[in-house]
Amino acid sequence: MARSTSRPLSPHLTIWKWGPAMAVSIMHRVTGNGLATAGALGLIWWLMAAATGPEAYATFVACATSPFGYLVMIGLSWFFFQHLFSGLRHFVLDMGAGYELKNNRMWSIATFILSLLTTGFVWLTIFGKAL
Amino acid sequence: MGTGTGIGRVRGLGSAKHGAHHWLAQRYTAVGNLALTLWLLFSLLSLPGLDYESVVSWIHNPLVAVPLMLMVVSIFMHLRLGMQVMLEDYVHDKGLAFFSMLLLNFYAFGGAAAGVFAIAKIAFIGIVKA
Repeated sequence: MARSTSRPLSPHLTIWKWGPAMAVSIMHRVTGNGLATAGALGLIWWLMAAATGPEAYATFVACATSPFGYLVMIGLSWFFFQHLFSGLRHFVLDMGAGYELKNNRMWSIATFILSLLTTGFVWLTIFGKAL
Repeated sequence: MGTGTGIGRVRGLGSAKHGAHHWLAQRYTAVGNLALTLWLLFSLLSLPGLDYESVVSWIHNPLVAVPLMLMVVSIFMHLRLGMQVMLEDYVHDKGLAFFSMLLLNFYAFGGAAAGVFAIAKIAFIGIVKA
């Protein structure tokens, strides 16, 4: 947006020291929009391929199980769990709880740890079944 | 109250109680997404395989097709509300903001329709022979 350069800007993102609450907040937006675009399109592709027939489904599976396909699926599954846990954190904050500095910091960090653990657990289950 | 300006007609009437609608709908669909995506995840992990026949014969079941349709609708409602807030924050140009909302609505309704259609087709027709 057009801005008069003679006027000062209020302190913005670049000036603050990063903390867990800031990281979890922006990651909620990043993961949400990643899931809303790549995730939702992948879901529709999967459903459409299954509805179309064995050949279309085989094409989907070939793409999804390529090295790049696995990278996208693992990335999206981590996005999913990160968005899920930061979403649960949202519910708690929406109820007016969890704003004490220590608690807020602890649960912010916990969303990252839980999302990584669940992503790892899901993919170990999948690869474990394939063996 | 009179037939004057818009503000004149509503002044003193208090809140229409619709101010929080967007915010609440975001939460309602979040609860829907939470329940239905976890159900999908656990279901997929417990299927014998993720090959064409396993997946299609699973979705063919009405008790699967209906919640799956609900999941698609809930997801696309939720992503429409979420992406709307993101675009409102970052797209400052009025014309571009209008255009991006238009595209977002096409995407959300189109995606939901495509998903529901695909599930309905599988539910009614089932496995298609190659």
